[in-house]
Amino acid sequence: MAPPPSMFPAPPDTEDALHGDTMVVNMGPSHPSTHGVLRLVLTLDGETIKAVQPHVGYLHRGMEKIAEGMTYNQFVPYTDRLDYLAPLSNNVAYILAVEKLLAITVPPRGQVIRVMCCEMARISAHLLWLGTGALDLGAATVFFHTFRERETLYNLIESLTGGRLTTSYTRVGGLSRDLPEGWTAQLGDFTGSFPKVLDELDSLLSRNRIWMNRTQGVGRISARDAIAMSMTGPSLRACGVAHDLRKTEPYSGYEAYEFDVPIGREGDAYDRYLVRLEEMRQSVRILDQALRRLPDGPVSVQDPKITLPQKERVLTSMEELIEQFMLVTEGIKGPLGEVYHAIEAPKGELGFYIRSEGDKSPYRLHIRSPSFINLQAIEKMAVGGLLSDLIAVIASLDPVMGEVDR
Amino acid sequence: MEGPFIEPQPPHALVDRLGERFPGAVLEVAEFRGELTVVVPKEKIVEIALFLRDDPWTAFDMLTVVTGIHFLQRDHDFEVLYHLYSLSKNHRLRLKIYLREGETVDSVTSVWPGANWPEREAYDLVGVRFHGHPDLRRIIMPEDYTDHPLRRDFDVEGGPSEVRPGGRRASPGFRDMESV
Repeated sequence: MAPPPSMFPAPPDTEDALHGDTMVVNMGPSHPSTHGVLRLVLTLDGETIKAVQPHVGYLHRGMEKIAEGMTYNQFVPYTDRLDYLAPLSNNVAYILAVEKLLAITVPPRGQVIRVMCCEMARISAHLLWLGTGALDLGAATVFFHTFRERETLYNLIESLTGGRLTTSYTRVGGLSRDLPEGWTAQLGDFTGSFPKVLDELDSLLSRNRIWMNRTQGVGRISARDAIAMSMTGPSLRACGVAHDLRKTEPYSGYEAYEFDVPIGREGDAYDRYLVRLEEMRQSVRILDQALRRLPDGPVSVQDPKITLPQKERVLTSMEELIEQFMLVTEGIKGPLGEVYHAIEAPKGELGFYIRSEGDKSPYRLHIRSPSFINLQAIEKMAVGGLLSDLIAVIASLDPVMGEVDR
Repeated sequence: MEGPFIEPQPPHALVDRLGERFPGAVLEVAEFRGELTVVVPKEKIVEIALFLRDDPWTAFDMLTVVTGIHFLQRDHDFEVLYHLYSLSKNHRLRLKIYLREGETVDSVTSVWPGANWPEREAYDLVGVRFHGHPDLRRIIMPEDYTDHPLRRDFDVEGGPSEVRPGGRRASPGFRDMESV
């Protein structure tokens, strides 16, 4: 890979007066289409992009460092703030890595609820991506449709976890609480009505001449390049690579669900759109199956060394009081070892590497965030294209800066 | 505890294959929770990476991420981990190298271009230097930052939160304030 250009490139030979006279333009960190605080230093020749130099880190909060001073459960709220458009999915991803370290398997009901959480997160994240992505390209109508549906999902998430954005729903060994009464019926209503909305969105965009012209052939990347750049998620699948961690390395019982992995062919912005649209349909399928098979029983493991005892017992029994005190003050001690566990988050492979030195907090926690890795490819996708196409490229890559900067 | 925790069978054949091709290069093998970690000499990392990528048995076509870890009071100061994944074979392997302070390791960006940002991150936050990296600049922290915040001896409360010209500390940390 060629080294990136300097911020102030030397003036080129001016043989051709129209071409070769480059200009450096700064885009971001607060630009409406960068979806957060992404800064791109562009070298332009007229409207053609000659070089892109991304600058990230504006939202860095030092999460990996913070984790080194916390118990495993205390870090869950921080994961909400990674990909803040799919907090439930981050909660599950992190806690599965901790449970792999501790060799814990959650009861079936807890697993099914986690699957529901992941798929709700995927739908809401894709809805936001579709709404804002279309808005960036001038299709404002889509935004209102997607946000109406997203609102329904957020109300469901709110009644489930108590928070709309900061869900912090998972705990080591299970979940913070069981489903509220009547919740499954509400989710059933949503999965019943949502496919119709998807058809509407489909009819608004998929054969829309303007949308097709703005996205087809834009930001194209080959499967070979995408793999070399470690891309994952819908952006990789749009290149025709049928890779989905829910199929290849199933977790939380995903192997028992029936769903398809949609793939694209061209690897352009249009295919990334189609893949995400179809993924929402598949998520609805998974949600329906999860609702049908939701078993009774506890949502968390019943082990006083891992999960908190029932509050009524804590107030009336000495033993449970001690157990709660020990768990809160001492935390859960991990064994010596290192684990990496990844899930198929809405943006791609979200992995947590945990190095444990036998303490109650990780010695090192490393977050493999899909947005960070996928964003590397922006150079490959944008160079040679037009400046206005860069908007479509960013939108179709769907980076979330909370996850990029951590 | 509910149900057995099923540990997948780690791909031991990979280690044998690596040992055949590079005799003596497999320094340590660790297995934990079905994950395989192989420690290799840092001088051979690019050779080994190329072999693991191109060999049809191993076929590690994707570098998932690069992790740097800093240690205090050990024989080595840093560990660099390369999490590898094979799309065609659907298996994973973790390569590990040990480094001492001041030593560099060859960059694997020539093998997997996707190592670019992860290596920059390991340099920025942990302070591991990658030799031959095309663009080894800070990525998360500001360009004029002088410290590596994910080192274990980084002072969380008093570290340089804001850097003035010359790398001078802009404000005293909480601990320093107590003694004022």
